[in-house]
Amino acid sequence: MSLLEIKDLKVRVDNHDILKGINLTVNPGEVHSIMGPNGSGKSTLAQVLARREAYAVTGGEVLFNGKDLLAMKPEEAACEGIFLAFQYPVEIPGIGNAYFLRSALNAVRKYHGQDEMDAMDFLPLFREKLKLLDMDEKLMNRSVNEGFSGGEKKRNEILQMAVLQPRLAILDETDSGLDIDALKIVSKGVNAMRSPDRAMIVVTHYQRLLNEIVPDFVHVLANGRIVKSGGPELALELEEKGYAEIEDTRQPMPA
Amino acid sequence: MIAADEQIGTYLELFSQFQKRAPGHDVRWLRDLRESAFARFCEVGFPTTHNEDWRFTNVSAISRATFELAPKSAVAARDLGSYRIANAACQLVFVNGHFSRELSNLGDTSPGLTVSSLGEQISVDPASLEAHLGRYLNIQRDAFSALNTAFAEDGAYVHIRRGTVLLNPICFLFISTARDRPVISSPRNLIVAESETQATIVEDYVSLGGDATAFCNTATELFAGDNAVISHYMIEREHQEAFNVSTLRLQQERSANISSHSVLLGGGLVRNNVHPVLAGEGSECLINGLFIGNGHQHLDNYMLVEHASPHCASRQFYNGILDDRAHGVFHGRIIVHKDAQKTDAKQTNRNLLLSDDARIDTKPQLEIYADDVKCTHGATIGQIEENALFYLRSRGIDEISARKLLLLAFASECLERMAANPARDHVEQLIHGHLLKIANSTKNLAKLTTEDRDRNWEEIG
Repeated sequence: MSLLEIKDLKVRVDNHDILKGINLTVNPGEVHSIMGPNGSGKSTLAQVLARREAYAVTGGEVLFNGKDLLAMKPEEAACEGIFLAFQYPVEIPGIGNAYFLRSALNAVRKYHGQDEMDAMDFLPLFREKLKLLDMDEKLMNRSVNEGFSGGEKKRNEILQMAVLQPRLAILDETDSGLDIDALKIVSKGVNAMRSPDRAMIVVTHYQRLLNEIVPDFVHVLANGRIVKSGGPELALELEEKGYAEIEDTRQPMPA
Repeated sequence: MIAADEQIGTYLELFSQFQKRAPGHDVRWLRDLRESAFARFCEVGFPTTHNEDWRFTNVSAISRATFELAPKSAVAARDLGSYRIANAACQLVFVNGHFSRELSNLGDTSPGLTVSSLGEQISVDPASLEAHLGRYLNIQRDAFSALNTAFAEDGAYVHIRRGTVLLNPICFLFISTARDRPVISSPRNLIVAESETQATIVEDYVSLGGDATAFCNTATELFAGDNAVISHYMIEREHQEAFNVSTLRLQQERSANISSHSVLLGGGLVRNNVHPVLAGEGSECLINGLFIGNGHQHLDNYMLVEHASPHCASRQFYNGILDDRAHGVFHGRIIVHKDAQKTDAKQTNRNLLLSDDARIDTKPQLEIYADDVKCTHGATIGQIEENALFYLRSRGIDEISARKLLLLAFASECLERMAANPARDHVEQLIHGHLLKIANSTKNLAKLTTEDRDRNWEEIG
């Protein structure tokens, strides 16, 4: 059974049709990259899969592990194994990073009928993941993302993913704004999580990230539809020719 | 005006009976103190919203009610289980303003500490009180303080002798019980901390047995001698129809350091006055508060910080969380007297409104008569951020827990200003429980039923 099945998904935001019929199937172990120009609907797709309620689904269906994803609340989707690494991670003053992470892990464990972990049990796991992402333990005593640099925020997203061990990870422009060193660290963290029973959707604007995280499939999203799919070579082609050519083969957006 | 006179008439009757039987009625200075206070109360009457200090708080629900003086009444010890505070040095219990020896835990006697009820102290040794009782509370400017002083007969009395350091908190529990007719109680507390002392005081106000009309008009005078380090906690968690007016008057001598923590969770119509006077050079005062209202609660915080000497510092931080039709007020007045050079005064009020009908009025008021001072103030009003809520939920945390976490994050700013102590643990536990309720109810948006609950105190008055 495929892990994720998106069938003719249509989404409207503020009276604008953003997704106009998306079809995509993702199997366990696969890494899919979704590329496309600004405003094509990449982030909307990522947010809808994480069940952001502000986005109204107007048609289609999404099955996750055979279950109706669109009927789930964000927390249910997360507990079922969907993880969204945010393009803009949110700063939450007053909630400690370590406390937040442990609360999230315990929420997921509780959902699956597992015992909650106390702070002592949690520490070794936590340290191991911090090391993987080359993160300073001091960041953990600070409030969630508060005062973090752009690179620290993105690493913190991958840290959460490493702790929560999702079935499907969606990385929304995790590469944007990163220098090459940070990009390599983040990619190392992501690659360490590739496994035969986990899938990933890597949303990006640039081909650069895909040198580090090599996808199995590349899809081009333009004007609310997937207009082209292929292997990793498609990303290179896009880098060379730009999106304009691909978009030209489709109907232009109405003015 | 006629209505007001009638009300004064009722109090006159109560007062003449009271003066005949009150403890210390034969002690000249105390008799004079009560009489002058009552005279002042009759002169000014209850404040109206025309009075600038009461602009946002309509007390006509109090001024129009006919109260009786709360009689002594009994409470079963088993009903107090949940109100005990772990690791308290002692806990004095008052039922409708009257000391209950049976319910109290007087703790171990420490040579440097005297803890007793004011009523007993008046009976046994009134002379020991004369130097402090009524010396600080300003009955001229506030009718409720005058009324409290007129009817002062019982409350907590604490005397900490020079150099005594007390780590565990000294706790007072004030219980209002439901009565057939509206009652007024006037707890009066006196805390004298001599020089170089250290202590934590907790005043905890609760209700037992239903939401009958009850008015608790309480006042505390706290004297902190040179270098004394005192923490004071005021916790209001009476039922949502209760009236509570409290005044905390702090007198700070040279280099005395006081932290005042107010935590308002309950009460219907609540006025929390905190009035420190930084009388000695180099004294410091932290005025920290958290008020959380829902239903039709009205929570008014009136701060009056007087800098009377040079090199003093004051910090005011109040955070408010308001849901449903709750109305919060923060009035931060700072007076810097002419000689109080090098004053450093800061004031911050932050608020979170959880519903469209919730309301906050925040008002700074700075009066500066010295020319070399630093005074700052600021206020913010916001809502729970949808973005943050989604972020937490996208990690598996359910909506109610996520809301609670965000509320707690906001409240924790106040908790973090409290030094580690059993008093803080107690408050922290109360706040956690209360915020979970708020997080739950915000989601349900359960409509309040009775007519009065849909009206605020302005409309009821």
